[in-house]
Amino acid sequence: MTLRNAIDQRFFVDPIRCIGCKSCMQACSECATHRGKPMIHLEFVERGFSTQTVPMVCMHCENPTCAKVCPADAIKRTEDQIVQSSLKERCIGCKNCVLACPFGVPRYYPEIDQMLKCDMCYDRTSVGLKPMCATVCPSEALFYGTLEEFESRRKGRPVNSFQFGEQEITTRVFLVLPEEEVSLRMDVIAHMDARFDSDAFDHIDPFGHLEPLPMQGGGV
Amino acid sequence: MSDLPLSRQELLEQFGPTLRYRPPGGFDQQDDYEKLVPTHCCFCGQQCGIHLKVKDNAVVGFEPRTDFPFNKGKLCPKGVKRYLQGSHPDRLLHPMKRTEKGFVRISWDQALEETVSKIREIQDRYGRDSFAMLSGVSLNNEKSYLVGKFARLALQTANLDYNGRLCMVSAGAANKKAYGIDRASSSWEDIAKAKVIFVIGTNIAECFPITTDYIWRARDNGAKLIYADPRMVPMARTADLYLPLRPGSDSALLMAMLHVIIRDGLTDQKFISEHTVDFEKAAAEVKDATPEWAAKITGVPAEQIEKAARWYGEAETGMILHARGLEHQVNGVKNVLCCANLALATGKIGREGCGHSTITGQGNGQGGREHGHKCDQLPGARDIENPEHRAYIAKVWGCDESEIPRKGLSAQEIMNEIHAGNIKGLLSICFNPLVSLPDANFTREALGKLEHYTVIDFFLSETAQHADIVLPGSLHEEDEGTNTSCEGRVIKINQAIDPPGEAWQDWRILLDIAERLGRGKYFRYQNAQEIFNELRLASRGGTADYSGITWERVERENGVFWPCPQVSEKGKETLDASELDSLHPGIPRLFEGGQFYHMDKKARFTPTQWSESAEVVDSEYPVWLTTGRVISQYLSGTQTRRIGPLVDQYPHPRIEMHTRMARQLGIAEKEWVTLETRRGKITLRSMVVNTIRPDTVFVPYHWAGKQSINMLTQRALDPTSKIPEFKVSACKVRKATEDEIREAVEAESWTSHIERLPERYGLDDRRSELTR
Repeated sequence: MTLRNAIDQRFFVDPIRCIGCKSCMQACSECATHRGKPMIHLEFVERGFSTQTVPMVCMHCENPTCAKVCPADAIKRTEDQIVQSSLKERCIGCKNCVLACPFGVPRYYPEIDQMLKCDMCYDRTSVGLKPMCATVCPSEALFYGTLEEFESRRKGRPVNSFQFGEQEITTRVFLVLPEEEVSLRMDVIAHMDARFDSDAFDHIDPFGHLEPLPMQGGGV
Repeated sequence: MSDLPLSRQELLEQFGPTLRYRPPGGFDQQDDYEKLVPTHCCFCGQQCGIHLKVKDNAVVGFEPRTDFPFNKGKLCPKGVKRYLQGSHPDRLLHPMKRTEKGFVRISWDQALEETVSKIREIQDRYGRDSFAMLSGVSLNNEKSYLVGKFARLALQTANLDYNGRLCMVSAGAANKKAYGIDRASSSWEDIAKAKVIFVIGTNIAECFPITTDYIWRARDNGAKLIYADPRMVPMARTADLYLPLRPGSDSALLMAMLHVIIRDGLTDQKFISEHTVDFEKAAAEVKDATPEWAAKITGVPAEQIEKAARWYGEAETGMILHARGLEHQVNGVKNVLCCANLALATGKIGREGCGHSTITGQGNGQGGREHGHKCDQLPGARDIENPEHRAYIAKVWGCDESEIPRKGLSAQEIMNEIHAGNIKGLLSICFNPLVSLPDANFTREALGKLEHYTVIDFFLSETAQHADIVLPGSLHEEDEGTNTSCEGRVIKINQAIDPPGEAWQDWRILLDIAERLGRGKYFRYQNAQEIFNELRLASRGGTADYSGITWERVERENGVFWPCPQVSEKGKETLDASELDSLHPGIPRLFEGGQFYHMDKKARFTPTQWSESAEVVDSEYPVWLTTGRVISQYLSGTQTRRIGPLVDQYPHPRIEMHTRMARQLGIAEKEWVTLETRRGKITLRSMVVNTIRPDTVFVPYHWAGKQSINMLTQRALDPTSKIPEFKVSACKVRKATEDEIREAVEAESWTSHIERLPERYGLDDRRSELTR
């Protein structure tokens, strides 16, 4: 694959599709240069209230903040627009990158006194393969392909421009937003019959001692 | 024999589970692997394609296999890390005998001879059926077929059953009744083409994650997703319509949906009249099953039930998917029949974008039950009580028909009879009933009553720890053969490495025992392919007809769907692979043109009446208990509880409960909670969430000992499928006492043994472990 083709390949993160399975993390740790260490992570948005999870990969910014704040010049961006993990020889473990990244991606590992983060499986993508995480992702919450390919077969609005206060950031990785506003009711009670705590279960009344359920029973 | 031969500490140190994090030789070995072996994942019925990296006769890593059409490289975490079970420190490497000093190494000759003499002794004293066999559907088709023949002709016992009994048998029984055949109606490609997808009783994201891609492909094309489950599982979170039905109320929901479909004229009358029978009877039974009636039973608002029925009924195409949530019940068969009634009433079966499928949980759950290690079936899904079927198989086997035992007991019934003292001996292969059967304390008592128990396995499972003789068998990657996926696609498992140490391939062990029992004349195979070729012959003319399938075809075509009868170019029947070049294509989508597999080619509606579960909540046990899986573990955890990265994902079972229940009981997140049923109690940490019904708690079942939720589940069986009622029990919940917490903390320490901490991240020190 030529460099041009490699650049045409885009990376898409679609949190709506994420099923929290951690295939991406497990596969990331198997990438040839990662040696058992996952360089991406998965966030539970707020498990108590939702099963929503988000895989966190490096967004590979055009003008990466992590590299800008690195006093040791340990973070390099390659010609094909991949922001590499820190160079072991240079990283001084200061965590500036961890604090500065607006997406919260870099992780500092005290055991090796080094920052590690997603390098988009550079050993694979640089030779025309897909990153491990996007290859295995069961639901295609992580997708690797061209923008045209994505738009021809997928719903959702891919964006790669973000505003953080005064800072505008363009990324190589696209975040997929819903095409329309999504209203998700994440408490099961909101989907249950309003009679749940009275006549429906009055012969058992396991929760008679609970406060009354909200009187709603409408559709989604 | 109920006491363990060693202390738990000694068993843990000798046999694990030991957590393994790195491939043999470390990650550097992955760089210069010698070969990539195309095969499949062993950890569920989706059978994803995968490449295994092999070096020095060891599996050292994996590579996605993007050429396999089902998963195109996609894998769940179990698939990614499955390679770590090879060269595992817990692997059984030589035969062992139980002594007062624990398990001691013995020779194969001694192990086999002692097994055979015990079989003879017990059968001479108590009759042939007093020696039972339990099998597993981790076994490929060849081994499943062989086990069926082995139990009937070598052991000469009727009492053979398999752990698929704890999986899909309710769906299988219902499918046979409704459609005349026990298989998913369509390939998964039809999911992607459906306009509405109705999922009930399955946590697809965690149990069958590759299926989510098919659903999303349909949704990208505008399909609606209806999801019914007591928990708002990850796919339910995104559904267009979510129905939070309470455990055990499935058929009420489904009956009400049929009621609405009939009431609103959404039936396909042409399809019904031309291709089905008994519609009127089924319609009569749902006449009073209004959404309002079902709402009271299910807790799902009536208008939501109406909407689900209309969406499904009005859509041009539609798919119904379910799994154990619907099937693991005493009403499991009825529940599946209700789904079939919906599919048939709307004519949404046998055409593109339509279908009704169960999702297979176990590796070879589909193929495993087709070829004869199910207590009531002979190869080809033949009926063991049918004289013609018996005669055909007797001819293939070269025995007298009378030599084939009749229908035997199902898995739980076998355990019941062991407990009652009527079955005295047991041979098991790849089945861990102490973790996977309900009412585990009962199972433990039963094992203690056996006069002899020989186990064939590759790790010493919790059940195998009670064995007298342990025979080390083969892992998935140490043998070759075929499996049948959830779609009905027969696929090829390729051997990647040889069995280590003195371990043998399972089929070789069975052949040796048969020989020593004096029944070797029925088991003259040189290799697994010869077994498959006999399976083809034995299945010919059965509903599960594999006779047109050869290993070569399976490899060449990336799988072949059954039924696939043998048809040669010259029109004559043949089993010769060389003559199969004008091949029967196999059948990805069943029932096209409304042709079903009953004699009259018509499908059957089944009138169903609402009935409650075997156990319902009351004032003493007011909470519904339901059980299930987490994505990082597989079945009884014999394999996956030894793979470190998978254990780390979900180290211990937790009691999932709604915020409201937790608040009322004064329970905080991660606090110790005691759960009690009429069978026992368990103390685990809580998981407090809003994504489960407030009258229900959920606990995953993959763990053993005092972390086993199957200590609490009940042995009630579906009358037809004999599947236990795993998914519905009545329980009570409270904060744990100090003593219970102490015991639970101790139990956690027994769940795994981390052998080499620094290897976890390839680091030189242990700081990362200690600071986590």
